[in-house]
Amino acid sequence: MMTSVLGVLFDGFAYGMLLFLLSVGLSVTLGMMNFVNLAHCTFGMIGGYVTVTLMNAAGWPFLATLPVAFVAAAVISVVFERTMFRRLYRSSDLDQCLLTIGLVFVSVAVAAYVYGTIQQPVSLPNYLRGSVHVGGLTLGVYRIFLIVFALVVTGALVAALEFTRFGAQVRAAVDNQRMARGLGINVDSAFAVTFALGSGLAGLGGALAIDIVGLDPSFALAYLVYVLIVVAVGGLGSIGGTFAAAMLLGISDMAGKYYFPAIGSFLIYLVMLSLLMWRPAGIFGRRT
Amino acid sequence: MTAASPALAGPHQQFETQIRWRSIEFVFWLATLLPFVVTPDYLVLASQIAVTALFALSLDLILGYAGIVSLGHAAFFGFGAYTAGLISKWGWGEPLTGLVISGIAAGLLGYLMSFVIARFRHLALIMITLGFGLLLLEAANSASWLTGGADGLQGVKMWPLLGLFRFDLYGVTAYWYALIVLFVFFLMARRLINSPFGLALRGIRENAVRMRAIGAESRPHIRKIYTLSAVMAGVAGAVLTQTTETVSLGVLDFQRSADILVILILGGTGRLYGGLIGAIIYMIARDWFSGVNPQYWYFPIGVLLIAVVLFLPNGILGGVAQLINTGRGQRWFGWATSPPTWMSSWMRGPRP
Repeated sequence: MMTSVLGVLFDGFAYGMLLFLLSVGLSVTLGMMNFVNLAHCTFGMIGGYVTVTLMNAAGWPFLATLPVAFVAAAVISVVFERTMFRRLYRSSDLDQCLLTIGLVFVSVAVAAYVYGTIQQPVSLPNYLRGSVHVGGLTLGVYRIFLIVFALVVTGALVAALEFTRFGAQVRAAVDNQRMARGLGINVDSAFAVTFALGSGLAGLGGALAIDIVGLDPSFALAYLVYVLIVVAVGGLGSIGGTFAAAMLLGISDMAGKYYFPAIGSFLIYLVMLSLLMWRPAGIFGRRT
Repeated sequence: MTAASPALAGPHQQFETQIRWRSIEFVFWLATLLPFVVTPDYLVLASQIAVTALFALSLDLILGYAGIVSLGHAAFFGFGAYTAGLISKWGWGEPLTGLVISGIAAGLLGYLMSFVIARFRHLALIMITLGFGLLLLEAANSASWLTGGADGLQGVKMWPLLGLFRFDLYGVTAYWYALIVLFVFFLMARRLINSPFGLALRGIRENAVRMRAIGAESRPHIRKIYTLSAVMAGVAGAVLTQTTETVSLGVLDFQRSADILVILILGGTGRLYGGLIGAIIYMIARDWFSGVNPQYWYFPIGVLLIAVVLFLPNGILGGVAQLINTGRGQRWFGWATSPPTWMSSWMRGPRP
């Protein structure tokens, strides 16, 4: 009993890390510009497909594809941000939702056209396969790698936001955009960089997710719901909140599927609805 | 829409001008009878278009008039559909009473939900409607003893309409039935939005804070229109169940909520006819493309959505209205005073 609980906790933790990588960028950009970017998971999907293509067509090793996935997602996202998104910063929520969901639809169709609708295979290197036994527990090596990797990224992210000049500008823009502009901070360019970083992280998440949840064209829509839950529950612009919400969702989703398979995701949605009704701005959010 | 000499006419005259039927409307409703003569092979599709149009109309009431964004409106559509299916399965296959009961059931659910809806706005509202829709889908999926789960509800059998007209394979009765239900609810919606209540809704859409400041509390209004919209969506779902004699989980799907939003936006919000036009175009196009991989179908829809947001902020009907106005040598909608936001930002680059 105890070992199964610990095993579920471990798997849920790894899954939560994945959700955190996928959603942290959206949380920060939403907090900064109030731009409802439903296409965030599309950038995750781009990262996933970049990794798959490089590994299967060009024979690159898995780890070497990760930086490329990050850069590709970041660059493509900036192109979209410059050409389309920035025209809608002052528009209604609905317009932003519609434009970005249109982008999701297009990306799903393009991915289906280029790669087909099948799950993409990924062959991990030997040192990431298999599992280790720790005191009766069986822990997947890849999941350990995922947790360590995501924790390092999180640490770097928090450090960059807390201790650098750029991080201070981003925090100022999230807290009060008008005031930040008034103080001479170039919010637009800070936002563009943040947007690229956030989308790059999503791309990284998408690449790392292939072995855990698979990759097919519906990825951009299927994980959108999870990412939105994490962002809404965690609170906009709060990295700690996003982290906590991702862990909560990852662990409770794993536990729900393991212990109550009959009711599926019902519990998750119920918990999310109650949390949002209790605190519309999210657990750690300060404003809606 | 009708810019009736507002300065001189009193409020009553203004309502009367708005409520008067224009010739194009007569043409439109007469044209809905054409499928019986021109395309008798496509009456089943036509009845589904009528159902979709009614569903789009229900969303237009809350989105186009009260400004409530919903990403989970299929919840009420599906609730009505399952209610109608269950009533028939439990041995009462009379269509009209089934329709009324389904409408009331969906309305009750909408009434309960409206207390939540009226409290939230922006991202929280989008998330709550989305979550509510997913919650109901998962509930229907889990309760397979009641709903049949992923296999769909088996054993739905409808009695003949009014005891006279059997639901036939060609969809003749189905289309008459769906069309008449659509028309009745359209008349109600048309009367509703051209009333002081409808005016208050538009006030809430434009500026909820100011409406409260002038003494018009917005929450009771939002609760009322949301309940009415839920009734209408539930009735649309019930008609779909009764005319197809099947119910599947697809009626509650997120995809259905997204589709109906797309349909309404394509047609144009806040115009009553927007949802109807959007439903006709969308359903016919989807029927044409039904042979190809359903995931490719997303491509034109996605491109259309992007194009509508960037270039046609008022949907197809809004674009047509603009074209007609420029054709007559008049200025575009408010063009001379304030160009659309996307246009100004396109020309000047993003605003500081």
